[in-house]
Amino acid sequence: MRHTSLLVAGVSLLALGVSTPVMAGPTLDAIKQRGHIECGVSPGLAGFSNPDDTGTWTGIDVDVCRAAAAAIFGDAEKVTYTPLTSQERFTALQSGEVDVLSRNTTWTLSRDTALGLEFTGVTYYDGQGFMVPTSLNVASATELDGAAVCVQPGTTTELNLADYFRANGMAFTPVIFQNDDEIRVAFTQGRCDVFTTDQSGLYSNRLALPNPDEWEVLPEIISKEPLGPAVRQGDSQWADIMRWSLYAMIEAEELGVSSQNVEEMKNSDNPSIRRLLGVEDKMGENLGVPADWAVQILTQVGNYGESFDRNLGEGSPLKIERGVNALWTDGGLQYAMPVR
Amino acid sequence: MAVQREATTGQMPTKPAPWNDPRIRSLFIQAVTIVVIVGFIAYIAHNTASNLARQGIAGGFDFLNYTAGFGISFSLIPYSEVSTYGNALLTGLLNTFLVAICGIVLATIVGFVVGLARLSSNFLVAKLAYAYVEMLRNIPLLLQLIFWYVVVLSALPTPRESLSFLDAFFLNNRGLTVPRPILEDGIGFLVVGVVIAIAAVVFMTRWAKRRRDATGQPFPTVLASLAVLVLVPIAAFLVSGAPLEFEIPTASRFRLDGGLNLVPEFVALLFGLSLYTGAFIAEIVRAGILSVGKGQVEAASALGLKPGQTSRLVVIPQALRVIVPPLTSQYLNLTKNSSLAVAIGYPDLVSVGGTVLNQTGQAIEVVTIWMIVYVSLSLLTSLFMNWYNRKIALVER
Repeated sequence: MRHTSLLVAGVSLLALGVSTPVMAGPTLDAIKQRGHIECGVSPGLAGFSNPDDTGTWTGIDVDVCRAAAAAIFGDAEKVTYTPLTSQERFTALQSGEVDVLSRNTTWTLSRDTALGLEFTGVTYYDGQGFMVPTSLNVASATELDGAAVCVQPGTTTELNLADYFRANGMAFTPVIFQNDDEIRVAFTQGRCDVFTTDQSGLYSNRLALPNPDEWEVLPEIISKEPLGPAVRQGDSQWADIMRWSLYAMIEAEELGVSSQNVEEMKNSDNPSIRRLLGVEDKMGENLGVPADWAVQILTQVGNYGESFDRNLGEGSPLKIERGVNALWTDGGLQYAMPVR
Repeated sequence: MAVQREATTGQMPTKPAPWNDPRIRSLFIQAVTIVVIVGFIAYIAHNTASNLARQGIAGGFDFLNYTAGFGISFSLIPYSEVSTYGNALLTGLLNTFLVAICGIVLATIVGFVVGLARLSSNFLVAKLAYAYVEMLRNIPLLLQLIFWYVVVLSALPTPRESLSFLDAFFLNNRGLTVPRPILEDGIGFLVVGVVIAIAAVVFMTRWAKRRRDATGQPFPTVLASLAVLVLVPIAAFLVSGAPLEFEIPTASRFRLDGGLNLVPEFVALLFGLSLYTGAFIAEIVRAGILSVGKGQVEAASALGLKPGQTSRLVVIPQALRVIVPPLTSQYLNLTKNSSLAVAIGYPDLVSVGGTVLNQTGQAIEVVTIWMIVYVSLSLLTSLFMNWYNRKIALVER
């Protein structure tokens, strides 16, 4: 997989040069014709996108793609997943290899403007942290002067890391690997003292390490990492479908609609709920998907809170607290634009 | 020829129709080919540029001057996070050079030793060499690299338990740290000493050859050359007052500060590449030596040459003519295979370039740089090896 990245880049470039990529509107047509969504995901990050022992992909990044498939086809299974390294991801999206990149990717200005991407929302508000072996007896990231730090190439984490150490007048040696599993080997072998990535990723990787108790995540969060799906710039219809599929999940949680009660909620008197579920108004039609799009998303994928709990929260091995990812009504940051 | 015949027979030269004239026809075909190729490239370039513009992807090589902002663990030139992307790529390129050159030298040594061992009359030596060749040729290089990396890492202690030698050389899983030489004024004497030594060796070799041709007296050229090459620069160095100091590495909490550091990724990559390519070279060497007729060896012994002299003066020079062409492609393979460094985190051109590509999104530009660099490296290697091949080719006297 890794050694083919050069090849993948080359082939993708060729595709970029020769084919005329889908523009303004045609992504949805192409998806309907093909019969499934091509979804670019992380090759294996528990809670975000991870294939289980039957080869089924699960995770909050995966759920975003499943939601869009449920909205378009009424079937959340109509998604094909392409595992991408941090280096391959943007080229794969730009060249049309995937329709959407849902790969715990940070929304930044330069990516939004110079890479031809359009971010469609935030699935998870994250921040960069550090993990160290407990045996090092480090209490704070400010004690890491001189450390060797394992990090993935081409990530915002890599840049934040350099900024943080420079700002604090500390030296470090970066040790760069393409994949988390390579980093975990180097980290357990002691090649690096510190493993840095988004904090959720650290907890996820910690579970995959032998003896998770031997590693601790330091308290500092050194950056803002809003993670969310991205599509190619210039096809606002497709961007809208991705954007509102996520908002529908967040809005549903806020309105108290879940996979359990969606059928009875259709009879609710609350006009917001009736609009969301397509009983009144024609939100789906404006979006270019069937009228029951949100019902399909909620029955097959669930609302945001259910997805969070199942993949990252109490219902998962990761047991991450909602924190800033709580709804705005609960003091968090998750806020859906009104579905109306 | 045709012109001559026509002239002698005195007939008027009949000009063939233009479409039958081979010269015009070949010019025409070449012109058409060039137009088609240039047109195709222009079409691709135009199409790419307009697609990039339409998708809002910035293009051009301006990004090479922007601050990179990421660190690189191993660098031959001064590099820090505030250096530019261009500097980062140069760092990667030099790292590729370093591992390719060291790898070629090491693989050649391994290849010749194992190749000769396979021909040994000692059963054990021959079979060991055979097992080595068969095993390493048939295991994918990527697996071997990861194997070496993990083996190297797990064999080395942590920085806090560094193996140290004289409190100046330290070995741990961050690599081998040695004192960094700091050049001071007067180091020019050393350079002069080296130049003098080389000149002396060249002069001495010529003199020895002339004397041998004239009188038949042998002269121990190799030993004498070694002595000159070592002793003259040392003398120059001491005369100029030893203008060289060393920065000794000192231990801090996580690592060793100062000194020169050789990272384990480099060691693992060098081992993996050299041992893998060495197995192929061994087979090439064996084939080359077997290609030299048995009569040549017998003739050499009949002349009274010792076995060592037979190998050095009769067999190897002839074998080299068979060995060098396929050896060239092994060198090219090794250089290109060094890009597998990404798997074990050695910051070579592909690894660093991938990071640059991803941080800037300038995929086309970075891939173009990769292609130009690897094509140039291949052409340079080929040029050098072809030159060497012509030099050792059989000269008929």
